[in-house]
Amino acid sequence: MYRVMKRRQLAAAPSIILLEVEAPAVAKKVEPGQFVIVRMDEKSERIPLTVTDFNREKGTITIVIQDVGYSSAMINEMQEGSYFQDFVGPLGVPSEIENYGTVVCIGGGLGVAPVYPIARALKEAGNKVISVIGAKNADILILEEEMSAISDEVVVTTDDGSKGVKGFVTNGLDSILQKGIKVDAVWAIGPVVMMKSVANFTRPLGLKTIVSMNPIMVDGTGMCGACRISVGGETKFACVDGPEFDGHLVDFDLAMKRLAFYRDEEERAKIGKNCDCGKGGAQ
Amino acid sequence: MALKVPRHDMPCQDPHVRAHNFEEVALGYTPETAVEEAGRCLQCKNPKCREGCPVNVLIPDFIHKVSESDFLGAAQVLKVKNSLPAVCGRVCPQENQCESKCILGIKGESVAIGRLERFVADYELQNGTPKFEKPESTGKRVAIIGAGPSGLACAGDLAKAGHKVTVFEALHVAGGVLMYGIPQFRLPKEVVQTEISNLKEMGVEILTNQVVGKVTSVHELMANGYDSVFIGTGAGLPYFMNIPGENLNGVYSANEFLTRTNLMKGYKFPEYSTPVKVGKRVAVLGAGNVAMDSARTALRLGAEEVYIVYRRSRAEMPARHEELEHAEEEGVKFQLLTNPVSIEGDEKGSVRALTCLRFELGEPDASGRRSPIPIKGSEFELPVDTVVVAIGQGPNPLVTKSTEGLELNKRGNIVANEETMETSIPGVFAGGDIVTGAATVILAMGAGKKAAAAMDNYLKQK
Ligand SMILES: Cc1cc2nc3c(=O)[nH]c(=O)nc-3n(C[C@H](O)[C@H](O)[C@H](O)COP(=O)(O)OP(=O)(O)OC[C@H]3O[C@@H](n4cnc5c(N)ncnc54)[C@H](O)[C@@H]3O)c2cc1C
Ligand SMILES: Cc1cc2nc3c(=O)[nH]c(=O)nc-3n(C[C@H](O)[C@H](O)[C@H](O)COP(=O)(O)OP(=O)(O)OC[C@H]3O[C@@H](n4cnc5c(N)ncnc54)[C@H](O)[C@@H]3O)c2cc1C
Ligand code: SF4
Ligand code: SF4
Ligand code: FES
Ligand SMILES: [Mg+2]
Repeated sequence: MYRVMKRRQLAAAPSIILLEVEAPAVAKKVEPGQFVIVRMDEKSERIPLTVTDFNREKGTITIVIQDVGYSSAMINEMQEGSYFQDFVGPLGVPSEIENYGTVVCIGGGLGVAPVYPIARALKEAGNKVISVIGAKNADILILEEEMSAISDEVVVTTDDGSKGVKGFVTNGLDSILQKGIKVDAVWAIGPVVMMKSVANFTRPLGLKTIVSMNPIMVDGTGMCGACRISVGGETKFACVDGPEFDGHLVDFDLAMKRLAFYRDEEERAKIGKNCDCGKGGAQ
Repeated sequence: MALKVPRHDMPCQDPHVRAHNFEEVALGYTPETAVEEAGRCLQCKNPKCREGCPVNVLIPDFIHKVSESDFLGAAQVLKVKNSLPAVCGRVCPQENQCESKCILGIKGESVAIGRLERFVADYELQNGTPKFEKPESTGKRVAIIGAGPSGLACAGDLAKAGHKVTVFEALHVAGGVLMYGIPQFRLPKEVVQTEISNLKEMGVEILTNQVVGKVTSVHELMANGYDSVFIGTGAGLPYFMNIPGENLNGVYSANEFLTRTNLMKGYKFPEYSTPVKVGKRVAVLGAGNVAMDSARTALRLGAEEVYIVYRRSRAEMPARHEELEHAEEEGVKFQLLTNPVSIEGDEKGSVRALTCLRFELGEPDASGRRSPIPIKGSEFELPVDTVVVAIGQGPNPLVTKSTEGLELNKRGNIVANEETMETSIPGVFAGGDIVTGAATVILAMGAGKKAAAAMDNYLKQK
């Protein structure tokens, strides 16, 4: 069993929660860019979550989770002292951290959480790190302070202009390039549409862009193939070949379609679990 | 006299009923039937049946005990060679193994060895009180990677020999394919879990959620005080056909389809939170046990039409005979001498049809086998909304690629000594599907036992 040591609400809106979980074996090995799969109890799904932070001495892993459906809502309700039944990791290939020169780290929405440890590692590797963090509005902007502490510069964007630059993260990236700063690589993590638009923006510039894919997963060990995505025309299993890929080669439209496969069931899970009729009331 | 008594049928759930539930299909012999069936055995002095069993179960001896109604005694005899009789009695391809060699089979019907094995093992699971005499500890520690039949069998024998055994399993439960692949209606998960809790009582420690190659490695285990390591990671990597349309929504690997249903209990969604979605018309590509399991699972999840699409003819279908029969009784349809060429999608990216090509059997080739050749212009569309790819699995590279010095063959399987199962790294042994490629439960179990014997030797000399 894996104990929740700390719980923190990350934004004004209650939908994004940070949990620090006791998982010493994972904490010993994890590197930026990797993820874990958690299961709350016997009846739960296996939910993949990126590692936001880790403490090798304390033996803890920090995850950030956004309430988007039945299982994530359940995890969001977990309190300090409660337990995950299963917590497996580290999974996936770590980010390729080296000194590229100047790197722009983009986190959109919840994506700020996974980009944080990567930005920090890039900074430690000697890069100049400029971060662009964005959200729909100021109420759901997360980890601004943490990102500021490890970046040379932070650009905040919100869709509605309630904080920082009004617009998308691509506008933030554009503003950096407009200043004439020579950027050597971009990390972009967030919703698939966001990663797609960043990739479309940087492709004509020939600017190396790494994205982190979040397809539907089951085992996370390369056993089921649920997580397949298409990269440069080749099928890859995101859980073992990724989750990071060259953004210029990923078929984002396919990825978006695949993420929508269980929409009807996801609705049923919410309704079915909230009534006491046992079998689920949606049918 | 024995010849006159016909082989006793296995009582089964009605096909029309069982095609809609996940309860076990075969109901099992009653004690009376078992004793009568055991009475058919001629107790051959030179029992051919044993030669057909990959682990040489003491077949006449255990059957003799059954005929005397000493069922717990029979279980003891069975377990001398077979650590998982409740499983093997259910899933062994008996018609190609023990029963194919039974002397009664020459003129009539063989003794129902598998059914008797299942009966005895179930009887013991329900009525036996497992008693283990704690062996004296040798002080040696062994790590087993993978809790499938090979790893579990190896763990059991090493624990009996007094070694401290720790099993590292990637998934959240132990059992391997027995838990995530083979469906509940063919192998109840309770049976597998009882076998596993027996191992735990013997002192075997099972650590789940441990992906070796990520959280630790073979060399790290050796450096951290394990005196020997066994790798039994199976054949868990799903193959796809590499045809257009394979990434459409509605295309599953059999592994995903079965894992969602069995391991995650998707058939109880939404009580269990993992969804599994099956449409009205399903095509399953392949014709082995995995394909039959997928097809029958699809029916139970509510599909109206389920097709097995297979390039060769019926005679070549590699599934157990019983599974083929059961599938057919339940209403699975066979599209034989038919090969998928591409999967067609709709505007939303979901499967709409499977385009296939018909084949005919050509002249016998050098090996005497008539190989299928495509018929020109025979392309047709099979309207389906779900496709399950069940054409085989390869070795998962997580462990093998992360283990320096481990010799692999061209296909990525571990090279191991056939007698001792030792690999190219001293003290590291391997067995089961990761060595042979996808095979059978009994072969995996046998390899685990073989390795255990050699590891015991190795540890004594160390
Ligand atoms: C490598 C990886 C890292 C991730 N990191 C984070 C993270 O750090 N924080 C975070 O909040 N979310 C993260 N996600 C997404 C998170 O796993 C999903 O939001 C979660 O599984 C949704 O479950 P649900 O039952 O609450 O929602 P549902 O209502 O079941 O689904 C909502 C949407 O989430 C996606 N989804 C559903 N099931 C899965 C699944 N098994 N695997 C992946 N996506 C799924 C689908 O697009 C679906 O439409 C990550 C996903 C991946 C693959
Ligand atoms: C659907 C299906 C139906 C089948 N039907 C039959 C049948 O009727 N009769 C029959 O005899 N055989 C059948 N088989 C084949 C049989 O199940 C296998 O041959 C057998 O299970 C192989 O055993 P194993 O111990 O080698 O591997 P597995 O059973 O595959 O177990 C390997 C274990 O290792 C774990 N593992 C993998 N990688 C790692 C890692 N990196 N770290 C830690 N753990 C890891 C896996 O999670 C798994 O639990 C079937 C197979 C399938 C898939
Ligand atoms: S283990 Fe399998 S092959 Fe051997 S006797 Fe039992 S059923 Fe037959
Ligand atoms: S060959 Fe058949 S009849 Fe002879 S001992 Fe074996 S099971 Fe009995
Ligand atoms: S999640 Fe199963 S192979 Fe990637
Ligand atoms: Mg869900």
